[in-house]
Amino acid sequence: MKRLINLTPTKPTKFLLGLLPFLIIFLIYLFASEARLAENATDKLLPGFMQMGEAIKTYALEASKRTGEYLFWEDTFSSLKRLVLGISIAAIFGFVLGLLTGAIPGLHAPFAPLLTVVSLVPPMALLPILFIVFGLEELSKVALIVIGVAPFIARDIQRCAQEIPQEQIIKAQTLGASSWQVLLRVYVPQLLPRLINAVRLSLGSGWLFLIAAEAIASTNGLGYRIFLVRRYMSMDVILPYVAWITMLAFLLDWILAKSSKKLFAWHHQ
Amino acid sequence: MNMPTPLIKANNLWKKYGSNVVLERLNLTVNAGEFITMVGTSGCGKSTFLKMLLGMEEPTSGKLLLDGKQIPNEPDQSRGIVFQQYSVFPHLTVLENVIIAREFEHSPFIGKLFGGKKQQVIDEAKLLLESIGLTAALKKYPHELSGGMKQRLAIAQALIRQPRILLLDEPFGALDPGIRADMHQLILKLWREHNLTVFMVTHDLSEGFYLGTRLWVFDKLRRDPHAPEAYGASITYDLPITRNKIMPTELQATQLQTTQMQEA
Repeated sequence: MKRLINLTPTKPTKFLLGLLPFLIIFLIYLFASEARLAENATDKLLPGFMQMGEAIKTYALEASKRTGEYLFWEDTFSSLKRLVLGISIAAIFGFVLGLLTGAIPGLHAPFAPLLTVVSLVPPMALLPILFIVFGLEELSKVALIVIGVAPFIARDIQRCAQEIPQEQIIKAQTLGASSWQVLLRVYVPQLLPRLINAVRLSLGSGWLFLIAAEAIASTNGLGYRIFLVRRYMSMDVILPYVAWITMLAFLLDWILAKSSKKLFAWHHQ
Repeated sequence: MNMPTPLIKANNLWKKYGSNVVLERLNLTVNAGEFITMVGTSGCGKSTFLKMLLGMEEPTSGKLLLDGKQIPNEPDQSRGIVFQQYSVFPHLTVLENVIIAREFEHSPFIGKLFGGKKQQVIDEAKLLLESIGLTAALKKYPHELSGGMKQRLAIAQALIRQPRILLLDEPFGALDPGIRADMHQLILKLWREHNLTVFMVTHDLSEGFYLGTRLWVFDKLRRDPHAPEAYGASITYDLPITRNKIMPTELQATQLQTTQMQEA
């Protein structure tokens, strides 16, 4: 018998083993839900999959009587818009800031300490300020994501820029490159896959800020909906919504990972 | 008859970091076309001198002249460099790694060429890469190349802007002995074909003897055992190397020391 640390499962076994916990959780839920429903058919805490399906059917396939919108898609669309907009602005802003402070010593000196301090401010604590300054509309929600994510991206890109070997920068200069050309052709292309990575890492907090902002002040969005129906203990809506948010998060992450592998094959050697 | 201006001249050159004297009283004259190899123990200042030639470091006092004028105080296309590693761009193919130099030259704003102009520099780069033995790898990325191929690429890069001075910082230190011998032939060929003046730092004394037309040994002339940083190194041997490449006996002893130190 080999040592435990040397036992490596084969590929199909690995896949099945990975599936196993999901299956177990599913079964546990199924049994628990059935048990509760058998005792009280109107139990709301652990709705059955039928009930959840019904609820989502109402939200996704039937127009709302009040507004005529399909709430599920409306929520998905507004939330994704806020998230993508916020993350994109944060990515662009963070990239430029990280690039400049990481590559140019004269900009590192005045801005790096500021950036470190700013990134330590808890973004959620700034939310009231954002509501006061930008109002309760879209802007403050997007701004929260930007403020929460941009400093992290900027610091990550800054660190990566400083990790590019000095030899390359000197080499570029001996090939006649100006500062601008060094930034454009040596730093930027090597930092782009790092940016994708930083965005992937920050999507988690992006969702957190989005749902928090929607929960506090909004009229639609995935976060708004689950906090709204909480009042009626509608677990049959909340649970599918959470699963849906998880799937969207997984999908975004997967798209980013795939496109990074495709666009920057040299980075993923 | 007028003496031609030497390519490189150092007048009483000193380099200090705070109170740490690295180089002291360096006086030398180098003419175009020489192949200078620099040896010495670690920390003896040979790399520092190379960095001064490159423009990365400035002398603390004294003068370092290129063509009779103060040497530029930052790297530029007049001096090519090959480091031991990390000096090729990992995000560019072999061909792109070489044409980027011409793109820097002809496209100041976007640093990229297109169409006919690009084809022109590609043709030029292909010729150079052929003479360096990289034709088969034009479309490969550096991580797909062996150590020797990477160094070939770094040399090709360094040559495309046709610098008069080529600086080599232990370029073959990480290569296998067989590949190193190939690289020696290559660098000698390129030195002759491109009329280069070469400065090469090496740990390997026999390599220094084999390649150079002139060998410098960096060492400290004065030592204070209680303050090892008080005195800097200088060039203790400046040997013209004749064709028969025989190592003087006093240096054979030095080489023995170096090998013993490396083994220790």
